[in-house]
Amino acid sequence: MSDATAKRGAAREPLLSVRSLSVEFRTEQGPFRAVKEVSFDVEPGKTLAVVGESGSGKSVTSLAIMRLTDYTGGRIVGGEVLFRPNGGEALDLVKASDDTLRSIRGKDIAMIFQEPMTSLNPVFTIGNQIGETLSLHEGLNAREARLRAKDLLQKVRLPDAEKLLDRYPHQLSGGMRQRVMIAMALACNPKLLIADEPTTALDVTIQAQILNIIRDLQQEMGTAVIFITHDMGVVAEMADDVVVMWKGDKVEQAPVRDIFAAPQHPYTRALLSAVPRLGSLKGQPLPKRTPVMLMDGGEPRQVGETHVQNTANYTKPVLQVEKLTTRFDVGKTFLGRVTHRVHAVEEVSFEIYPGETLALVGESGSGKSTIGRTLQQLIEPTGGTVRFDGRDMNAMSHGERRKLRQQIQYIFQDPFASLDPRHTVGYSIAEPIVVHGLIKDRKAIDKRVHELMEQVGLQPQHAKRYPHEFSGGQRQRVCIARALASDPKLIIADESVSALDVSIQAQIVNLLMELQAKRGLSYLFITHDMAVVEKISHRVAVMYLGQIVEIGTRQAVFENPQHSYTRKLLSAVPIADPQRERAKTRIEGEIPSPVRPVGKEPTIHRMHEVEPGHWVALEADAMRGAA
Amino acid sequence: MAGFILKRLLQAVFVILAVTLIVSFAVRLSGDPAIMLTGGAGGVTEQDLQNIRKSLGLERPFIIQYFSFLQGIVVGDFGRSFMGGTPVAKLIGNALPATLLLAFASLLTSIAFSVPLGVYAAVKRGRWPDQLIRILSLVGLSFPNFWLAIMMVLFFSIFLGWLPPSGMEGPQSFVMPALTMAIILTATNVRLVRTSMLETLSQQYIMVARSKGLKDWVVLYKHALRNSAIPLVTYIGLQFGGLIGSIVIVERVFNWPGMGTLAFDAISARDYPVLQGTITVLALFIVFINIVIDIAYGFIDPRIRTE
Repeated sequence: MSDATAKRGAAREPLLSVRSLSVEFRTEQGPFRAVKEVSFDVEPGKTLAVVGESGSGKSVTSLAIMRLTDYTGGRIVGGEVLFRPNGGEALDLVKASDDTLRSIRGKDIAMIFQEPMTSLNPVFTIGNQIGETLSLHEGLNAREARLRAKDLLQKVRLPDAEKLLDRYPHQLSGGMRQRVMIAMALACNPKLLIADEPTTALDVTIQAQILNIIRDLQQEMGTAVIFITHDMGVVAEMADDVVVMWKGDKVEQAPVRDIFAAPQHPYTRALLSAVPRLGSLKGQPLPKRTPVMLMDGGEPRQVGETHVQNTANYTKPVLQVEKLTTRFDVGKTFLGRVTHRVHAVEEVSFEIYPGETLALVGESGSGKSTIGRTLQQLIEPTGGTVRFDGRDMNAMSHGERRKLRQQIQYIFQDPFASLDPRHTVGYSIAEPIVVHGLIKDRKAIDKRVHELMEQVGLQPQHAKRYPHEFSGGQRQRVCIARALASDPKLIIADESVSALDVSIQAQIVNLLMELQAKRGLSYLFITHDMAVVEKISHRVAVMYLGQIVEIGTRQAVFENPQHSYTRKLLSAVPIADPQRERAKTRIEGEIPSPVRPVGKEPTIHRMHEVEPGHWVALEADAMRGAA
Repeated sequence: MAGFILKRLLQAVFVILAVTLIVSFAVRLSGDPAIMLTGGAGGVTEQDLQNIRKSLGLERPFIIQYFSFLQGIVVGDFGRSFMGGTPVAKLIGNALPATLLLAFASLLTSIAFSVPLGVYAAVKRGRWPDQLIRILSLVGLSFPNFWLAIMMVLFFSIFLGWLPPSGMEGPQSFVMPALTMAIILTATNVRLVRTSMLETLSQQYIMVARSKGLKDWVVLYKHALRNSAIPLVTYIGLQFGGLIGSIVIVERVFNWPGMGTLAFDAISARDYPVLQGTITVLALFIVFINIVIDIAYGFIDPRIRTE
């Protein structure tokens, strides 16, 4: 920013002033106030982060600024949204006419949304969708709009911009789509950009790239940004000022360093204490359970105690996976001949010991979920052996395989989708007991269900309720109770805490660790979230394009990462510490696809042992494999 | 694309084989055309009937008759009518345009009503215009089409005297038959458009379009409608079969010189060649429409194009 603007900036009025804004939604139980008298200012060229968990009203606030809540059944019942696009007179968007609003939307204020996969219209080309904004607000004709669209695509660092203009959204990856979305939002040089969780649905290395692009373009164009997020790491990386929202109220506002250094409101303190921080267990060989601060009716309360998770028993592995390979056929010719295959998992080997948590980390397409599903016999492997308790799965009879399903249980990512909405939670928890015929007596089953619910922190009398009567965190507890019902030895947790708010996430992670200590459970913890991995796991396997590139103890992998991909993954994680220098690492490049033409087999990495138990793929092999 | 069309044409051949086989067989269970031809006149001996059957080629085994019929189809020869000996191809040639005109007129009328009404109902979801449109659609669904046709004739032709009660003479004679069928189609299509639009309007890209500052009608008719069109187009393809079925009744009521009337008369007269011919042509037509619809998907949605 030049000196002149900096000097003017001091005396200048804020670009946007939100004053006592309240938004209501009509529900069957009467009006529901999602945002309650919220006020904040956005200075020109600055970034304001609005943070909060689900139900905090942060997204509704972001929609209400441009009065997009009008289209979601929301009603602004009080307050002002004063916008000064040219520094002078303020315009109250709450009272503005529809025509005025339309002339501001997309031109002076633009918005980026959370889901890049669904925020572009699937039936129009990229060029058409960017050009639409330009012809609407700047009266450009088709040729001019196309030229400008191409410039914009280059600005967001998309290669081959000319060709991209004629592509459709489904031909692009999520990261590319989000860049197109940014290009579209910045088309008319808006004064204010509202970004609602723009990187939440993206892989970490892609997230790092998108955050860099937003930051660079913001500096270049002097755009003010309202950044809606639940991720304190992203806040620390991006924000100048922070507004914390809780249940529709603004509970705190401060410059970013103050929020992290000296949070005032109890909720802010609770929120920050729950955030998993990469590097917080540095120098400690074992994972650790730590207390969580919870909001109990407006007052923070400490729950749980500190326990070192010394549960693993390294004498005899419970699960041995050797050269497991899983491929899927895709792409067939007219006559049904297979032309391409997804090489989801390629010769992967690892072991899990009783009481141990092995984390399987990687980005989309790395094959981590396919391994979980193969072990749970949801997918047939193409090759390799899996031994459970020393017995080869390939040699098992049909009955034995069925019994194995009782020993290995699965917890899915989405607690909303993985419970049948038409059955009570008690029914769902009892189902594995009934299916495997573990207990015959109806009364005894009920008693067992009640015990299980107590163990996962639910009230047994709620067994007769239906899933929709529970919150997301409670539903995940139901899923855990169901997984425990058949008394398994191994639980595969596939992104089981990824969709949860951080405070809930911290509680569920603690619950999983507590159950491990009590029952000697083993976990295969599949996730993309490095900070959670550090907290929960004994050993870590890093996956890239269907193969393990690094495996070792948590301490070895996090403190002494050897493979370049592991380092890239670790450096891409936003750290919840605003004191750190921002974006010192530049990450480039898309995640390559595991789809290959038939006959072009991937190179299998050779592994070498850098220290006892810490194996790393040879980089030369890895490079050839990715080519 | 070429491979896809080839596949569909191959399927079409099997559909036609199945349809013709069933029709040829079933029609022969309906009764003896020789008796119909003699009109129950006295003094007809069994020998006379035999001679008539022989002259019509009906004494041959069924399978031979069927194959000679198939052979004819390939070169466009559907045989001659038992009544009067007119070539069936010529009868169909006269009747088909009348039916197609009526079918497309009803379909277009129905689209012209159901799309704006369905979109409007979706936008006003849960409020009184939506309720009203839904009630009207239910009322429309509840009318049997022959009753509707008769009521219209009573009102417009006999009471008001505005429209000709039957026949196909000029544009005004299209109004009542086309409207009769369009009302039934519109009743279902409105609901389809509404449901499909509601689904689309909840998508993120619609909010993105609004955040660009686009006018409401651009958001609805450019961004949303095309994404809602796939279920509608699919359903219209399926409707064609039903449409052809109800056309037989509607043509009958309005004395419309189309395929329906031709088929109806052929059934009463046990005129095998005419019946076989009309049904085969109608089946071909439905198959053709559905191929066109499959190709249309690709134009509507680029995601289908690349698969």
